[in-house]
Amino acid sequence: MKYLLSPVAGLGATVLEMLAWLGELTLFALSGLSHILRPPFYPRLVGRAFMEIGFYSLPVVALTALFTGMVLALQSYTGFSRFGAESAIASVVVLSVTRELGPVLAGLMVAGRAGGAMAAELGTMRVTDQIDALSTLSTEPMKYLVAPRLLAGVLALPLLVVLADILGVFGGFLVATQKLGFTPDTYLVSTFTNLRSSDVVSGLIKAAVFGFIIALMGCFHGYRSRGGAQGVGAATTAAVVSASILILALDYVLTQVLFVK
Amino acid sequence: MSQPKIRIRGLKKAFGEKQVLDGIDLDLMPGTGMVVIGGSGTGKSVLIKSILGLITPDAGIIEIDGEDVLKAPRHRARHLRAQIGMLFQNGALFDSLPVWENVAFGLLAEKKIRRAAARDKAVEVLAQVGLDASVAGLAPAELSGGMQKRVALARAIAAEPAIMFFDEPTTGLDPIMGAVIDELIVDCVKRLGSTSLAITHDMASAQRIADRAAMLYEGRVCWSGPATELLTSTNPVVDQFTHGRAQGPIRMALRR
Repeated sequence: MKYLLSPVAGLGATVLEMLAWLGELTLFALSGLSHILRPPFYPRLVGRAFMEIGFYSLPVVALTALFTGMVLALQSYTGFSRFGAESAIASVVVLSVTRELGPVLAGLMVAGRAGGAMAAELGTMRVTDQIDALSTLSTEPMKYLVAPRLLAGVLALPLLVVLADILGVFGGFLVATQKLGFTPDTYLVSTFTNLRSSDVVSGLIKAAVFGFIIALMGCFHGYRSRGGAQGVGAATTAAVVSASILILALDYVLTQVLFVK
Repeated sequence: MSQPKIRIRGLKKAFGEKQVLDGIDLDLMPGTGMVVIGGSGTGKSVLIKSILGLITPDAGIIEIDGEDVLKAPRHRARHLRAQIGMLFQNGALFDSLPVWENVAFGLLAEKKIRRAAARDKAVEVLAQVGLDASVAGLAPAELSGGMQKRVALARAIAAEPAIMFFDEPTTGLDPIMGAVIDELIVDCVKRLGSTSLAITHDMASAQRIADRAAMLYEGRVCWSGPATELLTSTNPVVDQFTHGRAQGPIRMALRR
């Protein structure tokens, strides 16, 4: 009987652990959000986090978007030429980039670069008592460490995605005009004829949500870090993995909400 | 008899099955220094963190100036605890900030000083712990262990706290630097007229920085008395601990 029940008990324990984790995460997120809205505010720290998440991620996001746009144009051409639908390449590139690939790829890149760094920084602060020290110096750690990063994440990702959109389309334009024989005018007209403002806006909404998720996961795992260097390493990995999975899952949910009528 | 600056009664804290604090009673009288000694894992840090509000105890009373901080409204408890300056074991300096910002951090957080004047104030406090202005712009990582400890002490005293806590102030320092830090601690505490609570394994340091001592054993205070009597105490637990003897009641406890 004991052996029959043990898998059930194991499953129950896992479910309870997950629920506890989800509860902690929700409380952490709500606390972070409430500190964004209540003074004192730390604009200097928001600026620093914005630079860390946004500005320093520019190269990696730019390169990713550029090459993705280029590959997309090439692959679309290979497929569409079989049906004589080469003229649709510009539409495919611009819609794919603005609606999906721009926000998702920028999100994944920033999760790897800035989300991991956030978890490592906060984790190190935790295991070296720096977070406790903040509390003893009349400073609320959630307000000082977490709220500025959450806000910076929400603000920085949409701007990065604007850049990713432009460079992604430019990548497709380059391949189409230099390699596939499109004229610049034709390609650009085709691009802008099929692009609606809602395509771009929906991508930016996704980006803001992804920016929040990246900062939340980085802060949450770093803040709860335990056990020295190993704990910080585990927190960093967990931050990147959980942010990446959540970005992909939420991308589906948001697409369902924003595009499916 | 005057009211204790900090009064602790029946303080309990367990982590899972392990009862770390099992009814701590302790009084810190105003303007005096108390040192708490005890083996590793006996709850010294848990005691200090409970007073600071970093850990929530399971039961007991912690009074600061006669008010129970565990029952007081959050903002009131925060106000009472704001008079505590803390020197962490490893310094816990903010490595993303230069030395001067570390020192002036509490003053800036409480808006007691404007940012423009903070550096001058930090340099002034650094001088009190024997550091010159040239270190003000350095990052904490650029300092030696002893200098980091001094900066951490400067940060703890910058707001001129009425209560000061020291967590293993001489750990990781050579004996001479340890003595220098102890001297600075005594000097700062006397100058500010603060009440101090230190935890340490270092018997020489314990006698230098405190008037009274208390020994934690099995979650309770098993002995307290003048710090000068630490090495001559007839309490078997204190005697074994202070003389570092392998045989005695503490080892018996470990075997259990």
